[in-house]
Amino acid sequence: MSLHTQDDPELRKAQEERLREVWKPPSGWFFRWTDVNNNRIGVWYTLTAFGFMLFAGVLALIMRTQLAVPENDLVSANTFNQLFTLHGSMMMFLFAVPMFEAVSIILLPQLLGARDLPFPRLSAFGYWSFLLGGVFVGGSIFFNAAPDGGWFMYPPLTTRTDLSGLGADIWMLGLSFIEVSSVAAAVELIVGVLKCRPPGMRLNLMPLYAWYILVVAVMILFAFPPLIAGDLLFEMERLLGWPFFDAAKGGDPLLWQHLFWIFGHPEVYIVFLPSIALFAMLIPTFAQRHLLGYPWIVLAAVGTAFLSFGLWVHHMFATGLPKISLAFFSAASEAVAIPTGVQIFAFIATLWAGKVKWSTPLLYASGSLAVFVIGGLTGVMVAIAPFDWQAHDTYFVVAHLHYVLIGGTLLPLFGGLYYYWPLITGKKLSDRLGRIAFWIMFVGVNLTFFPMHLSGLEGMPRRVFTYPADLNIGWLNLASTLGSYLFATGVAVLVVDLALSPTRKKAARNPWNAGTLEWLALPEDEDWGIRSVPLIESRYPIWDQPGFVAKVDEGRFFLPDAEEGRRETIITSVLDAKPVSVIRLGTPSVKPMMTAVALGAVFILTTYHLYLLAALSGVATLACVLWWLWDTAEIPEKPEKGIGHGIDLPLYISGPAAPGWWAMFITMMADATAFSGLVFGYYFYWTIHPDFGAGFDRPGVYWPMVALALSLASWATTVAARELNARAQVLPARMLLIAGAVLAGISIFAGLRGLSGLDPKANVYPAIVYVLVIWTVAHAAVGVVMQLYTLARSFAGRMTPTHDADLRNITVYQHFFALTALVAYLTIGLFPEAGL
Amino acid sequence: MRRLVKRARSLRVTLWTLIVPPTTWAVHFLFSYLWAAVSCAKLGEWARFPTAFAIGTVIALLVIVAAGLIAWQQARTPGEPAPHDSGTDVDRLRFIAYSTLLLSGLSFIAVVFTAAPVIVLSDCR
Repeated sequence: MSLHTQDDPELRKAQEERLREVWKPPSGWFFRWTDVNNNRIGVWYTLTAFGFMLFAGVLALIMRTQLAVPENDLVSANTFNQLFTLHGSMMMFLFAVPMFEAVSIILLPQLLGARDLPFPRLSAFGYWSFLLGGVFVGGSIFFNAAPDGGWFMYPPLTTRTDLSGLGADIWMLGLSFIEVSSVAAAVELIVGVLKCRPPGMRLNLMPLYAWYILVVAVMILFAFPPLIAGDLLFEMERLLGWPFFDAAKGGDPLLWQHLFWIFGHPEVYIVFLPSIALFAMLIPTFAQRHLLGYPWIVLAAVGTAFLSFGLWVHHMFATGLPKISLAFFSAASEAVAIPTGVQIFAFIATLWAGKVKWSTPLLYASGSLAVFVIGGLTGVMVAIAPFDWQAHDTYFVVAHLHYVLIGGTLLPLFGGLYYYWPLITGKKLSDRLGRIAFWIMFVGVNLTFFPMHLSGLEGMPRRVFTYPADLNIGWLNLASTLGSYLFATGVAVLVVDLALSPTRKKAARNPWNAGTLEWLALPEDEDWGIRSVPLIESRYPIWDQPGFVAKVDEGRFFLPDAEEGRRETIITSVLDAKPVSVIRLGTPSVKPMMTAVALGAVFILTTYHLYLLAALSGVATLACVLWWLWDTAEIPEKPEKGIGHGIDLPLYISGPAAPGWWAMFITMMADATAFSGLVFGYYFYWTIHPDFGAGFDRPGVYWPMVALALSLASWATTVAARELNARAQVLPARMLLIAGAVLAGISIFAGLRGLSGLDPKANVYPAIVYVLVIWTVAHAAVGVVMQLYTLARSFAGRMTPTHDADLRNITVYQHFFALTALVAYLTIGLFPEAGL
Repeated sequence: MRRLVKRARSLRVTLWTLIVPPTTWAVHFLFSYLWAAVSCAKLGEWARFPTAFAIGTVIALLVIVAAGLIAWQQARTPGEPAPHDSGTDVDRLRFIAYSTLLLSGLSFIAVVFTAAPVIVLSDCR
């Protein structure tokens, strides 16, 4: 399509009609909820996370009321335990992380000029999982069954079923379920940033928000899985009595602390960086200039991400680890201040160099930086081990963490809310109410949390439901309580502002005069995302590229039409965003919702020990997943299509250029990380027990080696099947797939055979061996399902020598499976046997 | 020397080259932690003269310095005038190279931070 074709208004109108028809949302009281469009899923997601935040905030108010005066008896100790546990857990797992994902699901496609993210149904699945899990966990407090072990659930008090009730199971299983949705969103966002950028948006032109999202999503991949591994061990101990954290049987509660904080510390940066990313978008807008030091910001994001994984032990300074180990973590904790400072200076420099328009969003941004910096400074204090021993588990730490989280996450999000509200609803929020809310909150935060530094230094421990009057900290606590009500008032003003929004008139398009792509959205939003996918030549195309907005609107860039009646977006190369292909996106479907319900049932029924029903739900989940997958990687009706300007792109790709391949690769990175958490457990026990495994039956060398050989053979046959299939040798390829499934099936038998004679309840050694083998054989079983699925696709004509995405994707799985089998079987078969 | 510079500039840079310096830090950090944890748990004392630790630190610093030098040369590849933020091949190369150089600096400092306590502390207590 040459440029002048688009000069025809009739053609443009027809194109718009076709696009509107294709992107039409489903209607009907039920089917409207089967929508998968990022604009709608993202908004539901944001509202749900916001609702959970308000709920968790109310829990905090009840706690502060209880602590207002000494020896208060408003709530019992038991209720108080549930309140603080649920407050912390909900704010972290049901607000901070999901909020970042929710906002990114709305913003990212617009920022990248994509019609939607690559896997819209996966976003929908993530949302429904989140809603279901969140209601399950949050609702438990109404049944006096909320978790009560603190948001980090330290064993052994929480693993002993006589000391902790159902709440601990609800925490473990409910939140594990939500972690699944977090990992799903991370996969979606990484593939989105890497593969769905518009043509020309090279890495150095990417909006900084996309850089931060990429970094944070990668952090989720390495942070959440160790916690999932820990959850697995934790529930094995609670439900089956396998003694991973029971010191009497060789276990160690410290292993939980390691696995928890390998997640828990990066988590702080996982919720901080996206909020800073919002600053990186709004500061250039209000300074009306490019952000200074673009590579410095990328350094800061990547550097923070790496260093944040070297900090986990600073939460464990008081556990009696060797001082030399503590010193390493203290060093890393201080080093992380460098990239954090770099970001803040880059923002200040940009404001300094620009012509600043003082607006409400910018007020939030600067105010939150002030709060955050105070939290950062106390962070440097507690990073010093000797000071930490003094302040550990006191209100000083509560003050530090709230300054960091409110300054680093909550207030920036509110700033982002004021900034991006016109983008989502087409209407501006009230500047007046926004400023009033800000100042009330700002005073409230400081009045609540500053006195906590002092009450902590005076000796008030965390998580106590009351304190004696003669400790002389009553006035500090009263100030904190008054501050918390003030803060809540500020939030209430903000909620009123949001509630008044529908009564206001539509704002102009791009009301802040921003330069980045997301502001192409019209106040009367269209569901298609972007009218035509632009060619990018600058970091701020709306400012820098002449006639940019009009060209996008008139469909003069790429993919302005939907001739075949399909939802489509352009896939580009990772480094230079060269167009690679056009992909067809998922349409509204009930499948994501059904899969989420089935998977949720597995976790929820297990909580109540209804194992048979849980197993049936597991089967239902598998059925849903296969049903869902069957429509994906479809063979298009023609090999290529034109996207305009004489460019033809393929409609089908497989291997490393395809988003599906990346999704599999990234998911397997997360899977491998969880597995390393378990292997870490094995060697952790080995370091602390001089006679690890002595006096117990062992799996021996024979069966683990047989299982390993069979697993590797299954991997080799899959690789060979891929190669033969690509050379049009379809029959041998199918036979190899069958052989691969059979070999993996026998490997399961051999792996389990090695366990005979081991009693996992007796000691931690047989228990951890059991877990490693179960993990491996479960992966073998999933591998079998994949091999048979691919075989079925081949027979159904949905996979051919030229359309082999399924086979290429399961080969990626097999690479990771082979690695898992290698590490697991060599560890349990040879390591203790070798006499080490 | 000029050949080395030319060779450095001709190396292909990707997202993977960007994370070489911080990954080196991570490996060194993990190595230091495991070395300390295992020797304290198994021998009951921090190795009297931590030769392996010293060698590991020197290797890590050399890798980081090498990555930084290569990145520095690449960041100086001649091309468009400043501010080097247009969508050309050279500017993309310069961007990744400059970011890598900055990350090398940060990683170098972080490795030195990790090594410092060993000089001061010499046992497990």
